[in-house]
Amino acid sequence: MTLDFSTLLPYSGVIIEGLVTTLWLTVVTTFAGIALAIVVAYVRDLESGIMSRLLGGYVEVVRNTPFIVQLFFLFFGLPALGIPISAPVAALVAMVLNLGAYTAEILRAGIDSTARGQHEAARALGLSRLQSYRHVVLVPAFSRVYPSLISQCIIVMLGSAVVSQISVFDLTYAANFIQSRNFRGFEVYLVVTLIYLLLAVGMRRSFELVGRRLFAFRQGGSA
Amino acid sequence: MALVSVKDLHKSFGDLEVLKGIDLEIESGEVVAVIGRSGSGKSTFLRCLNQLEQHDWGTIHLADQRLDGTAMSPGELSQNVGIVFQSFNLFPHKTVVENVMLAPLVVKQTPRAEARKIAEEVLDKVGMLEKIDAYPAQLSGGQQQRVAIARALAMDPKVLLCDEVTSALDPELVGEVLLVLESLAKEGMTLILVTHEMKFARDVSHRVVFMHQGRIHESGDPQTLFTQPKTPELAQFIASVL
Ligand SMILES: Nc1ncnc2c1ncn2[C@@H]1O[C@H](COP(=O)(O)OP(=O)(O)O)[C@@H](O)[C@H]1O
Ligand SMILES: [Mg+2]
Repeated sequence: MTLDFSTLLPYSGVIIEGLVTTLWLTVVTTFAGIALAIVVAYVRDLESGIMSRLLGGYVEVVRNTPFIVQLFFLFFGLPALGIPISAPVAALVAMVLNLGAYTAEILRAGIDSTARGQHEAARALGLSRLQSYRHVVLVPAFSRVYPSLISQCIIVMLGSAVVSQISVFDLTYAANFIQSRNFRGFEVYLVVTLIYLLLAVGMRRSFELVGRRLFAFRQGGSA
Repeated sequence: MALVSVKDLHKSFGDLEVLKGIDLEIESGEVVAVIGRSGSGKSTFLRCLNQLEQHDWGTIHLADQRLDGTAMSPGELSQNVGIVFQSFNLFPHKTVVENVMLAPLVVKQTPRAEARKIAEEVLDKVGMLEKIDAYPAQLSGGQQQRVAIARALAMDPKVLLCDEVTSALDPELVGEVLLVLESLAKEGMTLILVTHEMKFARDVSHRVVFMHQGRIHESGDPQTLFTQPKTPELAQFIASVL
């Protein structure tokens, strides 16, 4: 077999289009998923009652069912219930719900290991539960679980390949599309594999850079 | 009229009755040292005073205001009673000045510029102005504790509670924290200090309260109390710590 990457050149626009879709899905999911996790972790950890139990149910459902089934449920199931949803929106919602559930659990581990003294100091200073969560608990909790958080976000980015199954024009969809036209499967998937790899490495690097700024307080030394 | 007035305070943890009826009146500007064996209920008593623990029975008044139960919101409470803990409990992700400004900003809704000014004032008071932008991890224990005192003072409390604030410190760092407390005492701050520093209790406090098995077993002015204990329990305690 001879490799011939020149057959990909006419499709570079297709690859870029797919890459752009994967990128925006990932970026929006990362921000929205973490935001969702912050809310879910708060309600589950610090409130009791019906909301906490509902959100507990949501987390369990997401963590104990296949992502592709969640995606199909949103894309095929909701319209059947009379709620129209486009493929990209279904993809985005599925990804955000997925990352939100996993990240909420990761974050809770960080919250649970907050020293009792931190809560007490905040309370003695008059902070409400929500204020204490926001100003005292959250950042150190994130810093403790940051490596797991990075991995989870990357997993969701890679898992986004599945959205090609509902015809969202992402990177994997682009690869399938090109392969079906030029029959150069090896070349196409090699290139796309490398792009995913670069995305993952790039994401990790960016997260680490942000982490170094956000969690600068962890580096000791003299001021 | 007393600034702090505690009447018949009871507190149990499950079956364990830790406070068995505490009565205490403290005047404004008074410095009260609370001493006693480990487990005698000193911390629990302090923690009831700012409602970190809810007591089961009895009342606490601050000036003429009821402080316990639901009488005061946590925000109001924090502006009346401040506390400093043995383990500092600074917020690790916030710089010194951010630690001090947090409660004024968030709880009191003080404008930022004013909160900054207050923070600088109280940090100056504890001699930590140069470290204003340092993180807690970059400070010694003594420095962290002084920041913790400043943080409590930033809410301008009427009473400051200190629970063994030098017990977690290396011996050479104890002095700097005691000096700060002494200067607060001189300024007329009302202080209730649980302490194992008997020399400090004797030299700085106006009154010493000896707790034993959940009760105030003996109390009085430091000179008399340390030199002429009335009860064998206090005599024994003094012998064991001196
Ligand atoms: N949150 C709690 N739950 C159960 N028991 C407690 C709690 N806090 C304190 N105690 C118990 O109450 C008693 C008095 O404790 P404490 O007030 O800390 O004493 P001290 O400060 O004088 O050493 C001890 O026997 C301690 O184990
Ligand atoms: Mg104690």
